[in-house]
Amino acid sequence: MANNAAGRDIPARIKGLPEIRPFEGAFKNTPLVRKQKGSRSLPRLNKIVDSIEQAVLKSGVQDGMTISFHHHLRNGDMVLNMVMDVIANLGLKDLTIASSSLTDAHTPLITHIKQGVVRRLICSGIRGELAEAVSHGVLDTPVLFHSHGGRARMIEAGELQIDVAFLAVPSCDVYGNANGYTGPSACGSLGYAKVDAVHAAKVVLITDNLVEYPNTPFSIHQDHVDLIVPVDQIGDPQGISAGSLRMTRNPRDILIAQYASHVIEHSGYMEDGFSIQTGSGSISLAVTQFLRDVMLRKNYTASFALGGVTGNIVTLHEEGLIKRILDVQSFDQEAIRSIAENRYHTEIDASYYANPHNKGCATNKINVVVLSAMEIDTDFNVNVLTGSDGVIRGASGGHSDTAIGSGISIVVAPLIRGRTATVVDRVDTIITPGETVDVLVTDHGVAVNPKRRDIYDRLKTKHLPLYSIEQLKQKAEKVTGVPEPVQFEDKIVGVVEYRDGTIIDVVYQVKD
Amino acid sequence: MELIHTGKAGTLESSDVLISVKTHPENKIEIKLKSIVEKRFGRHIEKLVRDILDEMQVSSALVDVDDRSALDCVIRARLETALYRGAGVQTYHWEEL
Repeated sequence: MANNAAGRDIPARIKGLPEIRPFEGAFKNTPLVRKQKGSRSLPRLNKIVDSIEQAVLKSGVQDGMTISFHHHLRNGDMVLNMVMDVIANLGLKDLTIASSSLTDAHTPLITHIKQGVVRRLICSGIRGELAEAVSHGVLDTPVLFHSHGGRARMIEAGELQIDVAFLAVPSCDVYGNANGYTGPSACGSLGYAKVDAVHAAKVVLITDNLVEYPNTPFSIHQDHVDLIVPVDQIGDPQGISAGSLRMTRNPRDILIAQYASHVIEHSGYMEDGFSIQTGSGSISLAVTQFLRDVMLRKNYTASFALGGVTGNIVTLHEEGLIKRILDVQSFDQEAIRSIAENRYHTEIDASYYANPHNKGCATNKINVVVLSAMEIDTDFNVNVLTGSDGVIRGASGGHSDTAIGSGISIVVAPLIRGRTATVVDRVDTIITPGETVDVLVTDHGVAVNPKRRDIYDRLKTKHLPLYSIEQLKQKAEKVTGVPEPVQFEDKIVGVVEYRDGTIIDVVYQVKD
Repeated sequence: MELIHTGKAGTLESSDVLISVKTHPENKIEIKLKSIVEKRFGRHIEKLVRDILDEMQVSSALVDVDDRSALDCVIRARLETALYRGAGVQTYHWEEL
């Protein structure tokens, strides 16, 4: 028998139970609680620190650790650079940066790489000067490229262990409830950041909009947050989102979109209650516009739209043509407004969206997906990562996740860009394996994957310019001529992880 | 065909090419090529330019090619126009073009 702190006699052992821990006082084992009662000036408790430097020190960032960021602020992101500058000034070295993606805003990382602050990158894609530098071998360790679903999988499986997540949030209260759709730097869904917030060992929020507690509705929950840093600005609104993505006037894009909507209408996958994901490319936007006409004509509604959400999806939602929206990333001002206002425009995290190994991701429920491609080869493999010169300039994104999950995956692309053919013998880098790609729609014709005889049979009487993908390749080559192969060095600068964690391709250093 | 001054044709729009030609001080052919598709089509474009110069019987030319991924037919049209302008030719034998 022993007296516990409440003065009760508690036996040290009770049969059938594990070892007993006697009560030690209400405050003893409860760290995050006000230590003296009585004050009514709420909220007393907060996690705010004065500077990013304090957050870095308090969160315990050390040499060799893995820190994470998200890319919801896209080209307008200021937070990654702010944090990395502080980390560099503190003399930290050999860090791994796991950002859900990297954009043109992240050029300053080149300096941190050269100075040994950053040793490794894990991300969906890279663009701009940083991508050029990576393709020219600035890193000793190859970049790990993942899909959006693949990133969630590797985090949940413990393959990617984040020591500290530095997450920019457009609004936040003193205790860490944060969302993405209010404040001057609103970006909409925080779908990628939500995964980091749950799984990182330490979570630091950085905000330019501190609001009254509790900041409901919240995307990131106070129970996951360690520290909060208020700053003047987390992002440049110009770079965070396109004002509104306008319907293209480019006749080539419109033609491709017409073919694509015709393919969808007759594919067997468009019926009342169907579901769809279209991206933010100009052709995709036009496809959505044409599908609206089909839906009105046939009196169909869609049960839901998934994915990166744009204003024209919102328009269809508000017209009642799309019942629900599941949103992992909001691309424009309209999508950002809608996720804040519309009850059935729901924010989802990257795992819910596309993690192949959880108990069910949304991409598996999609009937139709419209995808882009930099290159597609005669086996229908798609490259959205490296350009025709072999240099990294894109991102894996949700491409491979939606291609396999959907009932029909449709790649839309001009057959020729400049003098570069889109259809080739062999893509430079495989992001999405051809066995998951069903139809290619170009301005010069439509090719159905021979694996999808069922789709071909439904389309063949529908007055579409159907060709084999080899024929499309030949058409392109006739106009452009045969390009010389790109020359590469032996050094591997990137590995491409398929969504299931296996390696599907590697990227080599380009030769100058 | 002899170049008497600088002839220019084309633009820097995507899928176009800006070409300027003038006579070479050392009476030879020199091609300065800049192209966004140089790695894949650089040698092809250079050969095309040489072939066209040959066809037009130009033996002294400094050719500046700033290519924005133009197709062969575009490069040919721009180069021929630049050469005509550089040579001060104003009558075109259309059936030979």
